Amino acid sequence: MELTLPIPNLRAIMPELVMTFWACLVLVVDVLISKERKTWVGYLALVGTLVTMAFTLPLLGTRTSTFSNMFLVDGVALFFKFIFLLATALVILVSLRYLDIEGVNLGEYYAMILFATLGMMIMAAGNELITIYLSLELMVISTYVLCGFIRRDRRSTEAAVKYFLLGIFTSAILLYGMALLYGLTGTTNLTEIGRALQAKNLGANPALLLAMIFLAAGLGFKVAAVPFHMYVPDVYEGSPTPIAAFISVGPKAAGFAVLARLFLVSLPAIRPQWGTLLWVLCVMTMTLGNLVAMKQSNIKRMLAYSSIAHAGYVLIGLVVANEIGLASVVLYMFVYAFMNIGAFSMVILMCKRGDRGERIEDFRGLARSHPWAAIAFLVFFLSLAGIPPTGGFIGKFYLFSAAIQANYVWLAVIGVANSALSVYYYFRVTMLMYMSDPSGEIRLTLSPSLVFALAVMVIGTLAIGLYPSPLIAAARASMAPIFGP
Amino acid sequence: MDLSFLFFYLFAAVAVGAALVVVLNRNILHCAMALVLMFFAIAALFLMLGAEFIAAVQVLVYAGAIMVLFLFVILLIQIDRVQMLRFAHRQSPLVVIIAVLLLAELLYMIIRGTLGIAPGGADAAAAGAASGSTEAFGALLYTTYLFPFEVASVLLLAAMIGAILLARLDKEEVGGVSRQDMS
Repeated sequence: MELTLPIPNLRAIMPELVMTFWACLVLVVDVLISKERKTWVGYLALVGTLVTMAFTLPLLGTRTSTFSNMFLVDGVALFFKFIFLLATALVILVSLRYLDIEGVNLGEYYAMILFATLGMMIMAAGNELITIYLSLELMVISTYVLCGFIRRDRRSTEAAVKYFLLGIFTSAILLYGMALLYGLTGTTNLTEIGRALQAKNLGANPALLLAMIFLAAGLGFKVAAVPFHMYVPDVYEGSPTPIAAFISVGPKAAGFAVLARLFLVSLPAIRPQWGTLLWVLCVMTMTLGNLVAMKQSNIKRMLAYSSIAHAGYVLIGLVVANEIGLASVVLYMFVYAFMNIGAFSMVILMCKRGDRGERIEDFRGLARSHPWAAIAFLVFFLSLAGIPPTGGFIGKFYLFSAAIQANYVWLAVIGVANSALSVYYYFRVTMLMYMSDPSGEIRLTLSPSLVFALAVMVIGTLAIGLYPSPLIAAARASMAPIFGP
Repeated sequence: MDLSFLFFYLFAAVAVGAALVVVLNRNILHCAMALVLMFFAIAALFLMLGAEFIAAVQVLVYAGAIMVLFLFVILLIQIDRVQMLRFAHRQSPLVVIIAVLLLAELLYMIIRGTLGIAPGGADAAAAGAASGSTEAFGALLYTTYLFPFEVASVLLLAAMIGAILLARLDKEEVGGVSRQDMS
């Protein structure tokens, strides 16, 4: 058989190539570095994310595809890649000291984070079912390992096992949906699936509906939407805190990227059906997340339910599913990376050897002893609750106004009502910090990298809130490939 | 009617029956053996579709490698005869009703929905012969599907490192026993 090897456009996958190289480099360097100096490996991984960002920058504005149209370079993919790289860099920064405290300072930790990031980057760029599935598995398998990283800790192991079992179960469901889609159309390419469904007029086929439900369920697990959220509180509580921050941002954003591309590119034929499905998921996710978050006494569990609620807000953008709706999704995920990793970093600040400092009570009177830390926490909470002048307000404002413009008034009303609910539990912690006296001496775990990361996140959250126009313009421009000319 | 249809239903029935035994039987060893039978029946279905490569992989990887792993695990956890596993725990009636409803819905959608490729049909066999044979499969893997192929290799690397990371014994964790003594 004559076999001509294709010559792929390697420039398009440069960021992924650099990331793969760097993950392997981290693994090799890790072996050469003595046990006391493992923090260097972390800095090396941090440099890796920055270098990858530098290689992603020149691609901005280009639109191309390579590897038989399986890998896309477009605005959406690039915007998501920046979110992932940013989140990864922040998570590495806040991990450096934390791993020491937990006594698991191993270089492989950073390699697994980089592998997970690589998986997310390919997910956002994948235009083909097999590519998407494999990159998704790359992402989740790396995160399973990271969840169970503190092996002597039972809760960490429990988190990993729960995440793993439920994760493979939903992966199978996702795969079933993909198989049905392939069976219906005979192709795995997203663009061609969309075309085949239109051409064969399969819009009313029940099997297509089934495929859609399976895909929504499989990806709903990744973005932590209700009713696929059961694992979230346990996994976030048990995992190492930086990893909880990582899972709450990275895989969630990657799940949204795939969900948006899959539904908009492949399934426009059943737009009303998936619109209704996502509407129901969206309302359930917002409401349940916020209601249950109110009753938590563990701050990591509270943030877990809050992250479920935020997945609900972002789903509004997918229900609307027009240019402005999706632009507000990427905008929100960008802001969310700052504010949510920021809030989890505050928990890292409280953690000491043998005590993870995750009771809400631990924050009592923080403002008296450490006013700056309390202000940072206040900024993140204001942003998460969506109060100006923070980035969270801008994100929510765009999501809700996108819903109103597209005549989803009820969705916007429920969203605003939920935001009001969320103020209650964010301010419960704030009240404890500001209005009560400390019950004992509060000792914070401060390290230069953690303080630097917190400063970046506070400034980022505030800067987006005060001067959002460049980011909004970038988010809207990134949507052009799907909607524009 | 084509004779291949008869064989299709035969193998399909064996596969479903064996799968039921896997779930319902209380002796985990019997379950494992039924699973092997199911893998073979599925491999036979792939063969009928002309996909000999996938059939071979099914037997080698699933019935071979993965089952050996299963049996090793069963060997290691030493289940007593008394304490046999029950997979089908007692469920509340509501769960059963919802499950039955979901199953009915699934069946309805699958029966009503027509897939592009009919099971066991001639065109399916032709399509399988074109894409499922080892040669065609290899060619596809190194041309059209080169990118996912590479992603899979990174995935396996990450999974391997992860498995080693979670399973290895550290010096401090085994309490003074050095790694040389362990091996």
